[in-house]
Amino acid sequence: MVINQASLKRDGVQDWVSLRATAVIITFFSLYMVWFFVSTPQVTFEIWQGLFSALWMKVFTFATLVCIMIHVRIGLWQVLSDYVKNARLRVLLQYLMNLLAFAYVLVGLFVLWGV
Amino acid sequence: MNRETADGAQGEISDDENSTLQGSNGQQIVKKQRPVNLQLNTISFPPAAISSILHRVTGVALFFALIFVIWAWAVSVSSAEGFDMVVECMNGVLGKLIAIGTVSAFIYHLLGGLRHMVMDMGHWEEMQSGNNSARIIIGLWIVLTVLVGVVVW
Ligand code: HEM
Ligand code: HEM
Repeated sequence: MVINQASLKRDGVQDWVSLRATAVIITFFSLYMVWFFVSTPQVTFEIWQGLFSALWMKVFTFATLVCIMIHVRIGLWQVLSDYVKNARLRVLLQYLMNLLAFAYVLVGLFVLWGV
Repeated sequence: MNRETADGAQGEISDDENSTLQGSNGQQIVKKQRPVNLQLNTISFPPAAISSILHRVTGVALFFALIFVIWAWAVSVSSAEGFDMVVECMNGVLGKLIAIGTVSAFIYHLLGGLRHMVMDMGHWEEMQSGNNSARIIIGLWIVLTVLVGVVVW
């Protein structure tokens, strides 16, 4: 008998889709950055700051950081649940890593606010 | 009792091979004792296995490398002095090694991720094609890393 687990927990299909959807956005952002470095002969502070002061680039950068947070939230959970059998330790490590991922997003938010 | 496992290693199996437990509703739960082989040097690692573990290692490594990437980005984009400082770091040996390492891990993780998505759509799933695609991305990764290394250095 299959017991349907009605809860707030995410399911595997949702994880699978989220991991790939976020991967695609991170890929586009990275390709854009590669293109920027390759197509800009001399990266000066003005050009570099100018890049991130455009509104669309702020949105793009922030969205990418949020995607990274979602991506590693799932990805690191997969890794931790494979190797760390002790439930308490796993939850602790997961908590610390998710905190770091959240810090990445916060730093991004404040920096983008300022430029 | 000794039993031959698929990769030729010897697995120990105790005599009470299948221990039977009683479930709470009276049903029988058979716990099959499988041979456990954690002796890594007796397991063969085909390209697909190497590719899989590399994807995992680079994914975790990238997560921590982001500390440097986001620090460098935050400092350099906030002020001209910060920018100069990061450029200086990028000119140092340590800065270059971190940059090359980070880009290299990213390249592998990206190629591995793309391979994953092709496999999700039902290609490269056979032994031969899976190992070949693994060989190709590992080769591509090495070539691209050398390229980035030369450009950054
Ligand atoms: C900031 C960058 C990234 C970080 C820190 C990161 C981290 C991770 C981690 C830790 C995992 C779990 C690995 C495992 O379970 O074995 C993972 C899985 C995955 N990553 Fe990334 N990743 C990043 C970028 C990307 C990009 C750009 C792609 C694009 C193709 C990608 C594609 C994938 C895929 C498809 C998986 C799932 C693999 C599976 O189903 O087992 N990732 N990532
Ligand atoms: C850990 C984070 C970083 C990584 C992985 C990284 C990676 C790279 C790579 C692969 C290149 C070679 C591209 C080329 O030469 O055209 C490069 C060049 C460059 N990077 Fe970074 N970078 C990082 C952080 C930064 C930041 C935040 C800045 C901004 C101050 C910066 C400034 C530069 C400059 C000015 C060049 C051109 C150097 C030259 O042409 O000699 N880097 N970086």
